[in-house]
Amino acid sequence: MNAPAYNFAYLDEQTKRMIRRAILKAIAIPGYQVPFASREMPMPYGWGTGGVQVTAAILGPQDVLKVIDQGSDDTTNAISIRKFFGKTAGVATTTATNDATVIQTRHRIPEAPLHGGQILVYQVPIPEPLRFLEPRETETRRMHALGEYGLMHVKLYEDIARFGHIATSYAYPVKVNARYVMDPSPTPKFDNPKMDNCPALQLFGAGREKRIYAIPPHTSVVSLDFEDHPFTRYRFDAPCALCGAGDSYLDEIVTDDKGGRMFVCSDTDYCEGRQSAGHRGSESAVPHKERAHG
Amino acid sequence: MTTVAELPAGFADKVLSAQSTFRSVMDAMARPGSVQRIAAVSGTPGTMMRGTAAVALTLFDHDTPVWLDKRMSATPDVAKWLKFHTSAPVIADSSISSFALIGDPQYLPALEYFAFGSNEYPDRSTTLILQVESLAQGPSLELRGPGIDGAVILRVSTQPQDLFERLAINVSLFPRGIDVVLVDDDAIVAIPRTARLAAREG
Repeated sequence: MNAPAYNFAYLDEQTKRMIRRAILKAIAIPGYQVPFASREMPMPYGWGTGGVQVTAAILGPQDVLKVIDQGSDDTTNAISIRKFFGKTAGVATTTATNDATVIQTRHRIPEAPLHGGQILVYQVPIPEPLRFLEPRETETRRMHALGEYGLMHVKLYEDIARFGHIATSYAYPVKVNARYVMDPSPTPKFDNPKMDNCPALQLFGAGREKRIYAIPPHTSVVSLDFEDHPFTRYRFDAPCALCGAGDSYLDEIVTDDKGGRMFVCSDTDYCEGRQSAGHRGSESAVPHKERAHG
Repeated sequence: MTTVAELPAGFADKVLSAQSTFRSVMDAMARPGSVQRIAAVSGTPGTMMRGTAAVALTLFDHDTPVWLDKRMSATPDVAKWLKFHTSAPVIADSSISSFALIGDPQYLPALEYFAFGSNEYPDRSTTLILQVESLAQGPSLELRGPGIDGAVILRVSTQPQDLFERLAINVSLFPRGIDVVLVDDDAIVAIPRTARLAAREG
């Protein structure tokens, strides 16, 4: 049988229309979570069903897709989603941030600056930034309607009272276009400043929670803070052990059971790009060579 | 009586035409004031422009009640075409419509007749699809807001000219409001509710 068993980019057209309408509303109301009729996808919740549905609704044959998971192009989640769209939509895929037109991401924003022709699609587990402060949807919805975000500031204040500084290190709440408080998904707060005035369109999809939201290009995104405790980025105080980068977000890798560890770029494309440009870190090995046999 | 065979056609390639049209609309919405082109080709019933027809085929279905202005409903062609190709219910009450097709802006009723959404659900609003005389020449309009790097100038010619002054209600209503898609043949421009408009000389 030659006929494909599924539609282009997997989703049926009625589902795509519904998601597309939600995306348009999300762009028109930056930071507002638009409810949508999320579908079951051929992967479990938590593997990016929201992001996959958004990507499926926007993707065209001319797009070049990159998928990252915690900055990495080569983890199971990233590879399986990339293959999924390679198979169902036949799109070209890449690991190079600069070449991609659509980048689906789980919990990182690439280090390389994004440009205007790109769309960044976030996989979101819990879209509601107020959810752990107020479990009732009716109440959080009213708080958003009234712009009543005092509770979030109390939470950040409690951080200061307990730890002496704002200890929230990921999913750090932001205010979009001076109106809606939004969860930037569990990206490290290191990435928050990249969302502000970004030339690329940013779309967020939460599959299990059935919400889509967006940040249009060139939109103000401000991390919540206090005058005497301003927002700060956090980064391990070390260069990348593989490429020596002093400005990238680092993962900590435990190397033995004696306390040994190394720090490497979380963004694999950025790290590999720097290594191929000749940058070396403290742990760089000489390029691997196959041993000759016989 | 028009039979189905006599209706203007829909998209030849439903899937990819809808995708490319959606990307144009999404780019327009994400970059207010920028002129985007619709490449997909379809038949156009009555006074409907190419861009309007493509947007309708891309975004309308049985979940989206559609309201037609006097020009669009002057003959039953448009309603029949919409019903056949999109199954969208054509309704008489504009205040519960998801989309409103305005064939001639002179017939645009007061914006209060459309849905603004609620403060809890600002997405439950009407999107106006409005056919204008030109998106290439005419009085200049300056737009600012999300999606715009600084300010952008849009030249648009339409009757009545006070349309953009009426859209100023979006400022005080936000997050409720009306999103507008302007159509001139195959060119579209979106003015989402976040756009701040000001007339400019020249």
